[in-house]
Amino acid sequence: MANMAQAIRMALHYSETNLGVTEIFGQDVGAPLGGVFTCTQGLKTSWNTPLDERGIVSAAIGLGLAGQKCVAEIQFCDYIFNTIDLLKMAGNTLWTTNGQYNLPIVLMTPTGAGIRGSVYHSHSFDAWASRIQGWKVVMPSTPLDAYGLLLSAVKDPNPVMFLKPKSLLRIRGEELIPGEPENEKELKQRIDAPLGDRSQWKPQWPDLEDFEVQIGKAKIVKEGTDLTVVSYGRTLLLCQKIAEKLKSEMGAKLEVIDLRSIYPYDWQTLNKSIKKTGRVLFVNEDTEVTNFGEHLAYRTTQELFYELMARPRVLAGKNVPGIGLYPGLEEATVPYEHQIEAEVKEILLEIP
Amino acid sequence: MVQANTVVSKKNRGQSTIKSKDQFGGLSEDLVKNIYELMLKSRVLEERLIKIYKAGEAFFWIGAPGEEAYGVPLGLLVNKGQGVNFDYLHLHYRATPTVVAMGMPMIDSIRLIMNKVTDPHTGGRNFSNHYCIPKWNVTPITSPIEVQYGFAVGTALAQTKNPKSGISIVTGGDAGTAESDFASCLIWSSRPERPLPILITVQNNRWGISTAYEGQHGEKNIADRGKAFGIRTRVINGNDPIESYLALKEEMEYIRSERKPVLLEAKVSRLYGHSSASGASLNESEVDCLKEFETKIISSGLISESESKSMRQEFEEEARRAMEQARTEDFPKPESIWDHTYYNNENADWRNF
Repeated sequence: MANMAQAIRMALHYSETNLGVTEIFGQDVGAPLGGVFTCTQGLKTSWNTPLDERGIVSAAIGLGLAGQKCVAEIQFCDYIFNTIDLLKMAGNTLWTTNGQYNLPIVLMTPTGAGIRGSVYHSHSFDAWASRIQGWKVVMPSTPLDAYGLLLSAVKDPNPVMFLKPKSLLRIRGEELIPGEPENEKELKQRIDAPLGDRSQWKPQWPDLEDFEVQIGKAKIVKEGTDLTVVSYGRTLLLCQKIAEKLKSEMGAKLEVIDLRSIYPYDWQTLNKSIKKTGRVLFVNEDTEVTNFGEHLAYRTTQELFYELMARPRVLAGKNVPGIGLYPGLEEATVPYEHQIEAEVKEILLEIP
Repeated sequence: MVQANTVVSKKNRGQSTIKSKDQFGGLSEDLVKNIYELMLKSRVLEERLIKIYKAGEAFFWIGAPGEEAYGVPLGLLVNKGQGVNFDYLHLHYRATPTVVAMGMPMIDSIRLIMNKVTDPHTGGRNFSNHYCIPKWNVTPITSPIEVQYGFAVGTALAQTKNPKSGISIVTGGDAGTAESDFASCLIWSSRPERPLPILITVQNNRWGISTAYEGQHGEKNIADRGKAFGIRTRVINGNDPIESYLALKEEMEYIRSERKPVLLEAKVSRLYGHSSASGASLNESEVDCLKEFETKIISSGLISESESKSMRQEFEEEARRAMEQARTEDFPKPESIWDHTYYNNENADWRNF
């Protein structure tokens, strides 16, 4: 099975071959490295930019104004903050021009903790992104979803932010990407650049096929009746683990939903699930004050108040300025299994 | 009525004299008169916009009186059209002379300042002089200073794929060059592996709202900053329309053929201050390029004083009628706030997700 980095690379190859992507760019995105996480290795249209985040986002906007489809990358979302006014502008261009200029651009950036990334390789951006209107914002948690969401992002006529959960870029899924060879070693031989001199290397791309994960559609990854857990990215996988654990330990039936799209989001799926379970926990790792999960919890109280059996809760990153390098600091700051488990148990035991 | 690019003088004075050709840099009489008429038209339009603001019929004015001698020649030299084969314009909010020279009707600027739903640029959503004309590659003018210098990099990147394609043109003020986007534009346009066909311009009026140029700039000329990147540079008197026309023409031809950037700095005036926030009153200590050119063109005999006066009256009448027409038009509807958040009006209201 492909890992998420390979899935993203294959989606970009499919996009430049079949979907009209003309430029894939960012810091160290082109040869020889192909991205610090190898997500852009071997691509025909990828190139290295100056070390200039504002320049990268501006160039993407300009390409969009010229009607070109491009995929730009900010190497880590920790370094995206000096572009935030440009992100506002990318999001408001269609609106401000009364519908005259749409920007069909994709911006991808690795986000979140989980790789012992210290203060400036652990930031999250989902809550920030949810406040930048006019963008669509997605975050996959499996390689297949990464492939499908990225193709949908490229096809979308609006600016789409593709958040890469950096701690999941090396994880493998359970489903093949359409066209992917079944043998993992064969895939590696065909599309991973060799170590050492790469000047003569060319990838042998598999015959990939189109695949769509619709933006705005969540996925129920585990069905249950006792408690709805809504998450995305790194923490989604942790929620799945806790659901399995508590099922075997105490027979708890958790319904785990991978939101996948942060904006627009799939309220219909959430609404139906929360009505069924009467209990909900929103888990993500951006900081907890004005967190996107708070919006979902707010909406839950507004629309489903009388159907709830417990207070809706948000488990997110602590509202501190950074994520410390020492593992004990990181694990006390952003959600890990033990916090999710404790929170789930409290909600399950809450008596209305 | 004067149409952009195709002004024909009312009175054909026949063959140009050697004297006038020398005086006007060898440009044809028709072109010289065209430049003058468009400068006048742009000035009259701006004066009308200020009146509309002062009469309480607009919330804010910002504009370009004093930049006509630079902006009109620029507009006349643009290869006008839509898509990468034509020139892209990344203008700032002192671009009325340029879009007037390209052919924008006065009423469209008036609809914009009066925030009418008929405003073709923003539908009544944005400030005066924030033009957007996709059919001529006039990309949306925005309030944040200097971001357009980065966006120009993007359209120019798109234009490198076709050697016969257009160029990207960016304009802005002197104070804004302190923003990093200006540096980004110099850096990205001069990368050896992919130089960009951009005309990078700075209209230096020596002010950033109330902050004087002298206290902020260690460099002799802003254009000198291009030299470090091997970018061809030029400083011109932007108050002289003939000098502006000749310089812009030469530099645009260079960019078209060489596919490399140029940094051009034009020294200009700011006749009515920064915006309505600083009063929008005439500052008589600044050089008025229109007055100077008017004196020159009348004394040369290319047009008479009475012709000049009647031209002004016609433009004033056009502007007044446009205002009256705009007054009768609707404002945008409050329920339209969600429109165009996403392409094709896809729902963006979370209440309906």
